Amino acid sequence: MQLSSPTVATSKHRRFLTRRSVVPWLFILPVLTLHLAVVAGPAVSAFYYSLTEWNGLGPARFIGLENFAHILADRQYATALGNNLRWMVFFMTVPFALALVSAAALAPVKRGAMFLRTALFLPYVLPSVVIANVWRYLLAPDAGIPAALRGLGLPGFDVALLGQSSTALWCAAFVDNWHFWGFLMVLFLTAMQGVPSELYEAVRLDGATRAQEFWYVTIPGIMPTLVFMLVITASWSVLTFDYIWLLTQGGPAGSSEVLSTLVFDSFNHFEAGYAAALGLSMSLLALLILSMFAVLRRRGWEL
Amino acid sequence: MRPKTLGRRRRNRWQLAPNYALLVLLTVTALGPVLVLAFNSLKSEADIGRNPLGPPATFLWQNYVRAWEIGGFATTSLNSLFLVIGTVLLVLLLTGPAAYSIAKLQPPGVVGLIAYFFVASTLPLFLFLVPLFYLWIKLGLYNNLFGLVLLYTAFNSPFAIFLLRSYLVGLPKSLEDAAQVDGANDFQVFTRVIVPLAWPAFLTVGLVVALNVWNEYLLATVFLSDQEKFTVVTSYQNFSTRFSQDWSLTSAAAMMMVLPILATFFALQRQFIEGLTQGSVKG
Repeated sequence: MQLSSPTVATSKHRRFLTRRSVVPWLFILPVLTLHLAVVAGPAVSAFYYSLTEWNGLGPARFIGLENFAHILADRQYATALGNNLRWMVFFMTVPFALALVSAAALAPVKRGAMFLRTALFLPYVLPSVVIANVWRYLLAPDAGIPAALRGLGLPGFDVALLGQSSTALWCAAFVDNWHFWGFLMVLFLTAMQGVPSELYEAVRLDGATRAQEFWYVTIPGIMPTLVFMLVITASWSVLTFDYIWLLTQGGPAGSSEVLSTLVFDSFNHFEAGYAAALGLSMSLLALLILSMFAVLRRRGWEL
Repeated sequence: MRPKTLGRRRRNRWQLAPNYALLVLLTVTALGPVLVLAFNSLKSEADIGRNPLGPPATFLWQNYVRAWEIGGFATTSLNSLFLVIGTVLLVLLLTGPAAYSIAKLQPPGVVGLIAYFFVASTLPLFLFLVPLFYLWIKLGLYNNLFGLVLLYTAFNSPFAIFLLRSYLVGLPKSLEDAAQVDGANDFQVFTRVIVPLAWPAFLTVGLVVALNVWNEYLLATVFLSDQEKFTVVTSYQNFSTRFSQDWSLTSAAAMMMVLPILATFFALQRQFIEGLTQGSVKG
């Protein structure tokens, strides 16, 4: 059978030459059509709408680059952009440090490893609305963790952490990170399991400490995953929405506004043209980040 | 040569003590908030005031009944179930054959197709949300659960195609060949050979899609306007804003959303974790 199958395949191939290229596309066509209609079409038309003044319902009025001029002059946009950058710095460091250290700690563990992995991953599967509400409770000055810390005699916890400009953004970042870092840890853990154990044995025979093992074997071993996730996280940081919207709605007084909440605000105010321009600028920023990494890679960085 | 076990034996349980200390501490921070939520869902408001973080003095199951009624869970859970089941079925129905075709039949132009799905899946929602919203109004799909199923299907399909494709590529070709020799056409090969073999991948995709849809917030908020069409998530968000200080009520409502997730997560944790992590890092 193994011998005869190639001849059967070629004769079939010849007989149904056209069908063999049409039928496979018929399998693909439904999902491709849907995706083009939902994503590609609207994405392309966003370029046009970003050049118009449009309330979404009536006709769109072409105004050239006016929306983009408005963006450049918008002080809220500068605040939002700054907050996205803060968010990016936070998310490219804190969850990565947590995830790397805990994955390295979990990798050699046998007993209870499954439970620990599952428990640390668990926050990732919970809905954002629930997580936001639990943490709104836990961060409330009168009920949650601040009250408990005050009870222990620690000063400075009698404020609404989510309600003051200096802390609101960082609280939202903290909560998002609570939900996110376990996911990252599992990715690193999986990558670490792929590092050949001979490498560890070799450095151990050379008398390497655990820190040296981590630095010289583990980190280089998972570098592709690490860099890929850094890139993805950086571009996600430009697009972040859920936790800021649910916890602060960009407030108080616009202090935790990010680009996505600006888009959402102008969308809700029927400024569809401006919202499209804002959305486009966000996407270009995410694209810029992705291409920066591509350039670094081409320059021969170990990425 | 030294025996291989030597390196491992050097690491006895003592040496792992700091690892356990760190991991247990982190586990407490991961599970603590969930535990507080579960506790508060069973406390009276007075109990929460006296004891905001600890276990309940008495178990007030009545909170769940109140939250079910006030939160309109009878309606919203059906809406969410419709979205979850509809999207899972449609995603599998559309991406299964597509992934099979991409992995096994490889028609001309398939490389471009993969590139399209890869690029399009990185496009941010906020780029096309506005035109999409008005397109859906024009098509009569706004404020329509089926319209939302179509959106969820589109957004989940690149991930599903990639995951199914990488699974199907690994299946041996001999089985398909045998079926083709027996006179099966491409469609029959797919339904009779591929689907029975690839069901673990279908299950993984289904789980991830179900979780995504059940938890989804932004699209459900934007694309549904009638209260009777709200999902558990959007109605919970309204509800927790309205009763923002009634923590026992909102916690009970939250638990009712979370419990189905936890039950499935613990029953199928391996598939869950693999599916969610494979989805982000392409193979």
